Amino acid sequence: MKKIEKANLSALFAAITEEASLLLPVKNGGMTNFALWSEDAEVDLDTLKTVKSAKDAFFPQSETLYHVRREEGKMQITPGERMDEDFVLFGVRACDVQGFAVLDKVFLSDPVDSFYKARREHGTVVAMACHAPEESCFCHTFGIDSAEPGADVDTWMVGDDLYWKANTEKGAALTIRLSDLLSDVDEKAVEDEKANIRGIMEKLPYASLTTEGWGADAQKEKFDSPLWEELYKPCLACGTCTFVCPTCQCYDIKDYNAGEGVQRYRCWDSCMYSDFTMMAHGNNRTSQMQRYRQRFMHKLVYYPANYDGMFSCVGCGRCVDKCPTGLNIVKVIKAFAKKEDK
Amino acid sequence: MQELVNRAKALLADGIVQRVLGWKIGDLAYNPEPAFFETEEALSDFVYNGFCGANLSKYMIEASKKEGKTLVFLKPCDTYSFNQLLKEHRILREKAYIIGVGCMGKISGEKLKEAGIRGILAVEGADAFSPADSLTVKTLYGDKEIAYTDVMLERCHVCKGKEHKIYDEIIGESRDTADADRMEAVHAIEAMSPEEKFAFFQSALSRCIRCNACRNVCPACSCRKCVFDSTKFDSAQKANVDSFEEKMFHVIRAFHVAGRCTDCGECSRVCPQNIPLHLFNRKLISDINEFYGEYQAGDDAETKGPLTDFTLEDIEPSDAREGGR
Amino acid sequence: MSVEKEFRPKIVAFCCNWCSYAGADLAGSSRLAYPADVKIIRVPCSCRVNPMFILRAFEKGADGVILCGCHPGDCHYSTGNYYARRRMTLLFSLLDYLGVEEGRTRVEWVSAAEGVKFSTVMNDFVEKIRSLGENVRLGDLRCKN
Repeated sequence: MKKIEKANLSALFAAITEEASLLLPVKNGGMTNFALWSEDAEVDLDTLKTVKSAKDAFFPQSETLYHVRREEGKMQITPGERMDEDFVLFGVRACDVQGFAVLDKVFLSDPVDSFYKARREHGTVVAMACHAPEESCFCHTFGIDSAEPGADVDTWMVGDDLYWKANTEKGAALTIRLSDLLSDVDEKAVEDEKANIRGIMEKLPYASLTTEGWGADAQKEKFDSPLWEELYKPCLACGTCTFVCPTCQCYDIKDYNAGEGVQRYRCWDSCMYSDFTMMAHGNNRTSQMQRYRQRFMHKLVYYPANYDGMFSCVGCGRCVDKCPTGLNIVKVIKAFAKKEDK
Repeated sequence: MQELVNRAKALLADGIVQRVLGWKIGDLAYNPEPAFFETEEALSDFVYNGFCGANLSKYMIEASKKEGKTLVFLKPCDTYSFNQLLKEHRILREKAYIIGVGCMGKISGEKLKEAGIRGILAVEGADAFSPADSLTVKTLYGDKEIAYTDVMLERCHVCKGKEHKIYDEIIGESRDTADADRMEAVHAIEAMSPEEKFAFFQSALSRCIRCNACRNVCPACSCRKCVFDSTKFDSAQKANVDSFEEKMFHVIRAFHVAGRCTDCGECSRVCPQNIPLHLFNRKLISDINEFYGEYQAGDDAETKGPLTDFTLEDIEPSDAREGGR
Repeated sequence: MSVEKEFRPKIVAFCCNWCSYAGADLAGSSRLAYPADVKIIRVPCSCRVNPMFILRAFEKGADGVILCGCHPGDCHYSTGNYYARRRMTLLFSLLDYLGVEEGRTRVEWVSAAEGVKFSTVMNDFVEKIRSLGENVRLGDLRCKN
């Protein structure tokens, strides 16, 4: 266990950027999102949840796959660039760390996504325990411990110090590189902090939320439920929930006509959108009810069916915070639980 | 609030309306959701408090396609949107029974969080008809006090007034919560140099995540198929790139509702990145007022909108720009 | 890449079929010169041009966009240009508000008999855009690679 004084964090960030770029929560116009660190960046480690999750670092909202150009009468195809420089992702919360595990299953299983893999290999995740969990948090529902994120490096902000513990080889390498700035310390303060965090987690409004009744086996029963017809109605069909979500991994591949050539890019897609999974024959989900159902069935039924029972929700609560009409996955889980109670 | 429920139950029982469009209690202190209620029992989940900012007018497009009448609760500013939708023949007056509900200004969970209040468990004093001057927020980290007006939505600070523009009956008192100049921010931007303007909007729009919430919540954005969703043209681009796409989207979004936007403020309320989208709409409103005479969309359901009308003496585009605009 | 060249602006001119396009024709048949940087797109009426056309032109690399139609009162469809006038007034004002340099957009009324005016307007507009330089605020970077 190491520590550094909070006042010295700028020096730590500067030291990190000597050999790698650094992404961390930065405030712009009152909103905190992950962004590149610079000396004038307004670093914000107090806001628990960035608006967008940290998944951008590995799976950016838009990225170019390749360019096609016509040069001297011939087609030239240039592949998009894979990440080839190390970077550090600092201040990630436990829920987002688990979000990466969800994405890994999708992008690192065969066929491996080389863009994602390159970013994953070059990225070191420095997580931060949640000093003050919020009312919309429910990561414990998915077995996540916000007191111990389990990333390459875990950190805890206690009083005026940041405590630092490496968990993996990557984390250890980073720790060695920064060893001039970090000093040794015992674990007492961190143990107290963990107990404190776990104590708060038990008092959250969603403390008793469970995923009972969901999972691979629930497919037919949940799919056919008449409840969806009631639940989806206020949905505006915007993509806010999907785009702030740390685990949504659906994307679209499109061509951009750049005049002199074509740029093929991929970008996040949202199952709430009417052109989601549109194919030549049309669309296989034609109503908003079906699209709404898809989102939650994917997170709580289809994904666990494909990946050994693992849910693709991590309980970060961003959809709870951000949905314009107050809908969210918790309301869905609760509505089904209530229905089944009757 | 009980008065609203009782009236809704009576109207359902009498068969005057088939369903009720209102707000349903949320699972947290601040997230009620718009909802249809079809039975008296269902109305036990009905809620109307300071957090019911959602404008229900747009849901009337769907409700107009259903059998029978829908009882809809509209706040004063929502009635402008309702009128505008009527004018555009998107909804049917005879399918709606409108109860104009009193409004004392609306607040939001986002605003509480912006004020630094975290771990919100309960909010006391957010009653719809008699809100407290100071809210007591029970949080995981102790009680917090905050002035009601400090967490009011931006649109309520430039309230259009307490008058319902269309209704069948009114329940509850309203108050005019305006305490700021609606066009102040617009004029401040107009006074900037082109470089400053560009930097300002570039910074704000760089936060855009292309979620389309501003478009989808907008009562004036009621096209069945938006050009930005069309796969048949080159316009359905979803890339989030720091070059042009956001600007294109936001300019077209604002322009398409020019002369039809009632300034209901829903776009800015729902933006997850807190982009001041109303600044686009208000610029257009400000220009319309200046060039073509004062106009408030949704004031009534009959008059021609400024962009579907003209006069022979209209200002020329080149003249409109003179004077450092 | 190529060596530094003189800046040749790309100008898109939307011309209505009945007046301005005929005006351009007259300019041509009268041997009146206007820069080849101006690319004319013929539209049935100035009113046909919606804001998306203007923005799309900028996106794809135009440095200036000009809309030409019949003089107010002379519209082939009676009233089209009156609507266009309101739209463009508001759109251009909004673009100015976003920090796009004033002058990149323009509306001119050019009749079928005004070959001279067409040529003068285009020469003047191209000169203006040359002085403003390349359009960097409304273009899509992906089109510049």
